[in-house]
Amino acid sequence: MNGTDNQILQARSSAAMFETCVMKYMKDSYRIALGFCGNHQDALELSQEAFLKAYRSIRHLQNNDKFFPWFYQILRNLCFDYMRKKKTQAAQPLDEITSEKLMQNNFDPEAIAERNETKEIIWKAIGQLDEKHREIIILRHFLNQSYEQIAKNLFCSKGTVMSRLYYGRRQLKEILSTMKGGH
Amino acid sequence: MTCQDYKNLMMAYIDGELEAEAKKTFEEHLQSCKECSDEFKEFKQLKQHTDEIKFTEPEERIWEQYWQNVYNRTERATGWILFSIASILLLAYGGFKAIEAIIRDPSVGLILKAALLILIAGAAVLFVSVLRERIYFWKNDRYKDVRR
Ligand SMILES: [Zn+2]
Repeated sequence: MNGTDNQILQARSSAAMFETCVMKYMKDSYRIALGFCGNHQDALELSQEAFLKAYRSIRHLQNNDKFFPWFYQILRNLCFDYMRKKKTQAAQPLDEITSEKLMQNNFDPEAIAERNETKEIIWKAIGQLDEKHREIIILRHFLNQSYEQIAKNLFCSKGTVMSRLYYGRRQLKEILSTMKGGH
Repeated sequence: MTCQDYKNLMMAYIDGELEAEAKKTFEEHLQSCKECSDEFKEFKQLKQHTDEIKFTEPEERIWEQYWQNVYNRTERATGWILFSIASILLLAYGGFKAIEAIIRDPSVGLILKAALLILIAGAAVLFVSVLRERIYFWKNDRYKDVRR
């Protein structure tokens, strides 16, 4: 995926070249945002906002073939801000978390293709993960990235990717068993 | 190697990221460790379920309009910047002309003229101060997004 980024960005802020970049990554950008915010409308808005921010600061991009990891930092920061806003709106004490409350986040089941109960519950559970854990699940499962690609995008080692995946999936298992326990 | 080390390997095994040799080492550990092998079954199942989740594809029209939406917003942002610069220039020019006329007018008292000049000096200090603050926040905001 990096081979052509260099070419794309040779003319940097020229609108035509930036357009190629947007077209190339718009679907990934949307899927990442959807994993963070859980509904179509906000995902579309966040992913476009990220491109707008990228356009404004594209001259700060040091190395042209690193467009995606660089863009990803902008996108994730926007998504993290979004999650923090949502969290403060729906703050609740930990001991009151019940399976009903866990099912009530804004993770829209409509976002999932060929819905069934298992998929819906897992989707809702992903919506309860901490930002760092959710991020690793999104990149691995929804973007189908290899450990090497994830490490590049998160500026960390493959070892860190593995341990984050372990803790992320473990948290996901815990949330799922709380949900099932309440039924 | 401790069980904790095997837990990281477990992720790589599930995700198909292990070389043949490491795979064998991991499988051998599973044979001898019940805790890891139980956990392995759970994680494997979770990974399969999570992999099955696919997103509803938005309508094709969304992708067709996507670039246009981003472009319109960059254009609008540029428009606002130009509009603001022009407004400030025009206001400054108009204000300068008006003040010049008052200062030159012999029928206006000296105290009023002095008060007007002090007022302008005060406004200028406030303007520079606010501008500095905005530039400071703008810079910090910009680097917040870019890690290197
Ligand atoms: Zn073990």
